[in-house]
Amino acid sequence: MPFYTMTGTKPLLILTLLLLILCAAIITATGMGFLQISPGEVLEILWNKLLGRDSTTINPTFPFVVMEVRLPRILTSALVGGGLAVAGAVFQAILLNPLADPYTLGISSGAAFGASLAIILTLFGVVVPAWFSIPIFAFIGAIATLIGVFSLASTDNKLSSNTLILSGVIIAAILSAGIGFIKYLADEQVSIIIFWLMGSFVGRTWSDVLSTLVIVIPGLLFTLYFARDLNIMALGERTANTLGVESSRVKKMLLVGASLITAICVSVSGIIGFVGLIIPHLLRMILGPDNRILLPACFLGGATLLLGADTITRALLPSEIPIGVLTSLIGGPFFCYIFRKKQLANVS
Amino acid sequence: MMDNRVLFHIENLSFGYRNNTVLKNIDLQLQQGRFYGLIGANGSGKSTLLELLMATLPPRSGSIRYRDRQLSDYSRHQLAVRLALVPQHFSMDFEYSVHDVVFMGRHPHIPRFSSPSARDRTAVDRAMETMDILHLRDRPVIALSGGELQRVVMARALAQETEVLVLDEATSNLDIQHTIAIMRVIRERVDNTGLTVIAAIHDLNLAAAFCDDCLVLKDGTLFANAPVAEIFTRDLLQNVFSVRANVTRTSRNGHPQIHYQYQ
Repeated sequence: MPFYTMTGTKPLLILTLLLLILCAAIITATGMGFLQISPGEVLEILWNKLLGRDSTTINPTFPFVVMEVRLPRILTSALVGGGLAVAGAVFQAILLNPLADPYTLGISSGAAFGASLAIILTLFGVVVPAWFSIPIFAFIGAIATLIGVFSLASTDNKLSSNTLILSGVIIAAILSAGIGFIKYLADEQVSIIIFWLMGSFVGRTWSDVLSTLVIVIPGLLFTLYFARDLNIMALGERTANTLGVESSRVKKMLLVGASLITAICVSVSGIIGFVGLIIPHLLRMILGPDNRILLPACFLGGATLLLGADTITRALLPSEIPIGVLTSLIGGPFFCYIFRKKQLANVS
Repeated sequence: MMDNRVLFHIENLSFGYRNNTVLKNIDLQLQQGRFYGLIGANGSGKSTLLELLMATLPPRSGSIRYRDRQLSDYSRHQLAVRLALVPQHFSMDFEYSVHDVVFMGRHPHIPRFSSPSARDRTAVDRAMETMDILHLRDRPVIALSGGELQRVVMARALAQETEVLVLDEATSNLDIQHTIAIMRVIRERVDNTGLTVIAAIHDLNLAAAFCDDCLVLKDGTLFANAPVAEIFTRDLLQNVFSVRANVTRTSRNGHPQIHYQYQ
């Protein structure tokens, strides 16, 4: 797909389509669950809420279910899905490695370590202030890991992909051992930690939506600002420099940006795999590698996929299974199908 | 004074990695509108010198001036509209099309968030036509042969429309037909548009046929710097490349022609 000439209608059409699908998914998902609410009623509730009126014609429990129970969870899952997919696309482009994902630099391990620490402290009866909860611990763990990986990699001035990936692997390995030790200490209570690690959106509130929103959306805009530089950096750092791109500066800023997005996503939801790897791949196969289209498409696509997966586990299955398991179960076979089709197309 | 024609003014330039000195005490002036061939054995410092000229490496000591300013005083963007590089190695992990990659050469000319202008499109189309790759336009670059890829990278540099073109063994992957075609195009640009070319070249006969001057590197020093008509001698070939060869003149235009003794 032509890259610089791709102006005007076509990319906008695709993005609009993805946005409409996401909106439809949000409305439909909000209606699904133990109490079935029709999309029309959901829209009416939202509309009335917007105008500050009461919905008189609708079952009085519905507005509460929609506004206080379902919508916060649904919006959190959409923001996390979108954030992870964008972070994955950025990591793949910066590290010039299609196998990279948001967790390549060990940020998820840092968050997991922070969360495990918070859980074990509570189990041991250490009193932590209520606001200083698991997500805060996880976020601090993720940021500390990022700092650790950067300082370990900083002996290499150019922050080459291999140095970064290796630093991430080393730090993650140490943290995994730490998590293992905490699990051992937790003894019979270990399931609390394991369930947190597998990821979940159960009981998310508007404050989760808000804290994810204030990082993911600015993060998306920030990465979009550098989308064209990111395209040029696919030529290799040295060539990108000769084309006027400050590669190492752009690289550092985008690494921090994508890592912050990852940190907040993991903090509010636990470790959900696959979205950050599969969505960028899938959309790159369909839309081409131009990051100016790919990044917003990843946000919309990732949001739809994770929201869909969460809705299946929440509303369709007899009992909730961990969301991370489900994303891989849905995404995996679909990815195989696209991958196979693409390979066959290249052969012929 | 000829001085306003001097583009690069290099004084006492040295470069090295830790204890290993790659270039020492290079003094050199490069003039506008000339085709310089950079020759020397493997590891003599050719690529390093080109990187220093492109400011992708900082000198260890000495200075490089470009026109009236130190090279290090230019921003990356200011350099990108003046100097273009065709690197020795090129690979890509993402499926950009040939047209996309050539268009990347226009990157420094297109402001952020702007659409390309008609002039950008023309420059890209002309560069692709010159490099004979119009028929590959929509092919992904990762599906190309080495020679095709080299022509794409060359077209990208031409589309950049700079006053200096730096080639790091840009024709090493090409067959003889495309090699000669590309060298002719470059020669023509030097003669007609005042383009300045600095090209690391392994094929000495190619350098002798197309360049104005040759810069000869040996063990990191500038061993010789002279017009091609004078530079190729039996002694130089023996000293610099450790080969025995006879040098004759072509009957058509008097270029030196080197005949190696293989046995």
